[in-house]
Amino acid sequence: MLIDIIKHSTRFLALLLLQGLVLNNIELSDYINPFLYVLFILSLPLNASKYLVLILSFVMGISIDIFSSTLGMHTAACVFTGFLRPYILKILEPRDGYETNFSVNIADMGMKWYATYVVIMVFAHHLFLFYVESFSFGQFFSTFGRALVSTIFTLILISITQLFYYKPSKKRR
Amino acid sequence: MRNFIQFLVKNSFVFLFLFLEVIAFALLIKNNNYQNSKFFNSSNYLVGNLYESVSNVTDYFNLKTTNSELAQHNAELLSANINSFTKIYGNTILINDTSYFQKYVYTSAKVINNSTNQRENYITLDKGAINGIKPGMAVVNSNGIIGIVKNVSPNFSSVISLLHQKMSISGKLKKSEYFGSVIWDSDENNHRTATLKEIPNHVDIQNGDTIITSGFSAIFPEGLPIGTVQYFDVPKGSNFYNIVIELTTDFKQLSHVYVVKSLQKEELDKLEALIPEDVN
Repeated sequence: MLIDIIKHSTRFLALLLLQGLVLNNIELSDYINPFLYVLFILSLPLNASKYLVLILSFVMGISIDIFSSTLGMHTAACVFTGFLRPYILKILEPRDGYETNFSVNIADMGMKWYATYVVIMVFAHHLFLFYVESFSFGQFFSTFGRALVSTIFTLILISITQLFYYKPSKKRR
Repeated sequence: MRNFIQFLVKNSFVFLFLFLEVIAFALLIKNNNYQNSKFFNSSNYLVGNLYESVSNVTDYFNLKTTNSELAQHNAELLSANINSFTKIYGNTILINDTSYFQKYVYTSAKVINNSTNQRENYITLDKGAINGIKPGMAVVNSNGIIGIVKNVSPNFSSVISLLHQKMSISGKLKKSEYFGSVIWDSDENNHRTATLKEIPNHVDIQNGDTIITSGFSAIFPEGLPIGTVQYFDVPKGSNFYNIVIELTTDFKQLSHVYVVKSLQKEELDKLEALIPEDVN
């Protein structure tokens, strides 16, 4: 239990600093902003209370906002992602339920499950974020396109992080 | 009641979500200029119509004062009319349309929302882009200056009131022509006063001296009344007066105003932009 708290706090800090100090400065052709920090919300334990997930999402969002001086923008998107998470988990639940000791990563959950989960969550987060940023449905398709392209870039970064977990033998524990 | 509480408990996750989102959006709108202006523009559009109908009713209560103000203003205009002057040199004939060049155009508008007790006060007018109003135009009434147009929607425009922390207007003493900045600070001023700064302390000032617009910015026409000196002092160690002025406009009583379009502003701005910043 304690080790879990330390693990997730470390991940929180690492992703916060990575996003705030490095990734926020990446702006390819004015369109692509990767938002890797959303991985923190995705990687919270499967059995964590949904209230806790929501509040941690809020904390993550507001910390990122303070870093990038866009107070409220990432908070809104993160809270939305945290709200969506239990419902997505429910939809993707295998027939015989989740194994309680599994972490949310590619090695434990398997390629197919993890890919579906990450694509849905990251796209939902980015879509919400970019519409909050433009704050209107005026340029609907331009905003949609930006969200889509940034999602792809974030997904690439997430798959790089998953290389850390990848073990040729499928069962890790 | 029990059902209601049960409903709240059952959906507490959704309510927590909504609660956090409300916080997020409140932060968003309060702290980000772009989203703020978007939000207030669209709410202006929605609420503007409501304000207008409310103001249609409340206008009747001010009808008497407005009428007398208008009548007085009419009289002033009539006396300033070219027909009320006789030419001194009877044998020269001036053709008016070539000897005068129109510099300002006035559009009348009605105030449909107004605040005076915030740190940053705004006024909403019932005329907008389709009436030719653009951001940056001056707003005045017969008593004096009111503010500068900030945003326009097709039918409405929002005006930064003179009673705004970031407002600064170039004003001068009518008597001695010394000019300074008129600013308003909610900590020091109420809705009837403002502060004139940057007047050097060797200038002779009396209580009751008139302050008028300098016309330097080309937004406000020169010579409009701003206020009269209420009291003044020199802060310790400063070379400049701190002059508190009583505004000639009562911002709590605004109803009909004029939006001033300066026909020469673009030309003037273009010329002044040519001056390089680093010339000594």
